[in-house]
Amino acid sequence: MSTPIDLPRWADVILVPALSVAAAFAVAGLVVAGIGEDPFTATRLLIAGSLGSVEGVGFTLYYTTNFIFTGLAVALAYHAGLFNIGGEGQATVAGIGAALVCLYADFLPGVLLIPAGILGAAAFGALWGFVPGYLQARRGSHIVITTIMFNFLAATLIVYLVVNVIGERGVTETRAFARHAVIPYVHEALRALGIAAPTSPLNFTFLLALAAAAGVWALVYRSRLGYAIRTVGANPSAAVYAGISPARMIMVAMTLSGALAGGLAVNELMGVQHRLLLEFTSGYGFVGIAVALMGRAHPAGVIFAALLFGVLYQGGAELAFDMPAITRDMVVVIGGVIVLFAGALEGLFRRLAARLVALGTGFVAARRVRTAEEG
Amino acid sequence: MDLVSLLAVLDSAVRLSIPLLCACLAGLWSERSGVVDIGLEGKMLVAAFAAGAAAHASGSAIAGLFAGLAASVAFALVHGFSAISQRGNQIVSGVAINMLAAGLTAIVGNAWYHQGGRTPPVDGAARFGEITLPGAEALSGIPLLGPLYREVVSGHSLLVYLAILAVIATWWTLARTRFGLRLRAVGENPAAVDTAGISVAGLRYAAVVLAGLLCGLGGTYLALAQAAGFLPHMTAGKGFIALAALIFAKWRAWPALGACLLFGLLDAVAIRIEGVPLPVIGRVPVQAIQALPYLMTVVLLAGFIGRAVPPRASGIPYVKER
Repeated sequence: MSTPIDLPRWADVILVPALSVAAAFAVAGLVVAGIGEDPFTATRLLIAGSLGSVEGVGFTLYYTTNFIFTGLAVALAYHAGLFNIGGEGQATVAGIGAALVCLYADFLPGVLLIPAGILGAAAFGALWGFVPGYLQARRGSHIVITTIMFNFLAATLIVYLVVNVIGERGVTETRAFARHAVIPYVHEALRALGIAAPTSPLNFTFLLALAAAAGVWALVYRSRLGYAIRTVGANPSAAVYAGISPARMIMVAMTLSGALAGGLAVNELMGVQHRLLLEFTSGYGFVGIAVALMGRAHPAGVIFAALLFGVLYQGGAELAFDMPAITRDMVVVIGGVIVLFAGALEGLFRRLAARLVALGTGFVAARRVRTAEEG
Repeated sequence: MDLVSLLAVLDSAVRLSIPLLCACLAGLWSERSGVVDIGLEGKMLVAAFAAGAAAHASGSAIAGLFAGLAASVAFALVHGFSAISQRGNQIVSGVAINMLAAGLTAIVGNAWYHQGGRTPPVDGAARFGEITLPGAEALSGIPLLGPLYREVVSGHSLLVYLAILAVIATWWTLARTRFGLRLRAVGENPAAVDTAGISVAGLRYAAVVLAGLLCGLGGTYLALAQAAGFLPHMTAGKGFIALAALIFAKWRAWPALGACLLFGLLDAVAIRIEGVPLPVIGRVPVQAIQALPYLMTVVLLAGFIGRAVPPRASGIPYVKER
């Protein structure tokens, strides 16, 4: 922007994202109306399906887990001024890492195997993030193009491995992980405590996701390293004067970003599918971009945005029963509109917010003058 | 490999390279003017859908083509608005275009036709049929060149020849015309163009619309020439391979043709050798060949072999007062 628009902090943090999300839902409503369904009934069904029952909430939080991880991955890289659209690929390779540990190290006891599997996922995802980071930092190739290429490379790599090397004959998946490699479901834990709980795919990876969000917050806003990362993102030349190496920070941020994307593999494979299968990332990586932009790259915002997308995902699945015309692709549309409004057209919405704030303060000032005159 | 199967591979290489070529030229126009476009994939997808739907409704392939062009240009203008007028992040805008296209085509296709997102199959006049070039039969007696002309050069749809014409037109316009010179200048140094009193935004909008038209051509080809109707996610990453080809071609028209033909050939070979053991190297996993375009692009971009330098101002919104 040529002239930065100064907004009060509350408007910056709440009003701008709220405006763009409201506009995105208006567009989604128009699409729903355009294909001949009632947007208000659709919204009601969506909320009821995602938050109206304990089972629905379980599913919603399970999807939220995926979105927290992919959203955090995009957000962390964003702080270093990098646009990591390689979340899909990083999660895919992380899945290979988790599967290798869970399939071939299952002689370990569960207390060691599960952490080892999580570390395997994080390490493989980190590697798939580090290489584009290295290429950007040391060889000057553009991170966006490299991460796109790495998404496709990961997609071919997993097909090759699952079909030819580690998969079962005849099916495009591996054998099931050992029972003690599986991250327990929340409903199982609740039932063990004597609380009746309906079955849902929600597992304890959700807590890992919340911990990851807290970790990212502490790293970005409360640590020396995070300060260095943010400095590089804000102004690489200033960072050099401060003795910070932008190349190093780029590599560190991309490595951590890839490891965070690996959380998607942990939730999907070790938490729910209990085997490695193709295309388990199913677009969560791309929606993560919308989550990060909507959450303004702040971990709290990411959790909130991830919850919103979790509601849309689960509600959308329930909605499809009553309104077959509205499939889960609606979430992709809403994600796309949010990316457009909260990301690419951010300036437009900032100006709109600034006008609203000016109107509001003008109104308050006018009333103060009037009461002063009357009094 | 005998001559017949060699010609068959070359023929399918040409067919497979056309969508890449259209998207690659689209990217070339856009990036040469300074607007990065990773929404090529999405624009091709909406074009394919619009072409499939319009051809089904009207029974005319030409109507399908115009619908495809219009849909793609509409999406291109959204990208132009956010990238040029609003000076937004061009990568983010491209991602949004891709997501919108993937979601909207699936939703609308499913709501209109109830066939899992595909449009009803079309044939006859609603598709672009194969055109036999003059002399294809008469010349086929000439050894090697005759069959090559008949099998590989002739016998494609109108859109293939349009795409080849687009290469010539792109090269000529960028290299030989005033518009082309200005457009290239705007991608390298927009301030200089602005100082000369020429509209930076105008030139960039022109380039973005041309990119929309070319993606429209590619998408229409997918739906009405390669296939018989729209299939969900039928672009299957072609818009991204086109970006790779663009980098390979170093943002120039003739090398773009070469790069797209090369990637098309890799694709054709991958289909051909699936499960067939080759002499000396044995069985090559098909994924190894599929991964080659991506791998080559990464290596090239990293400057290990040669160097690919994008137009200097690409991706940077132009701000007048500085």
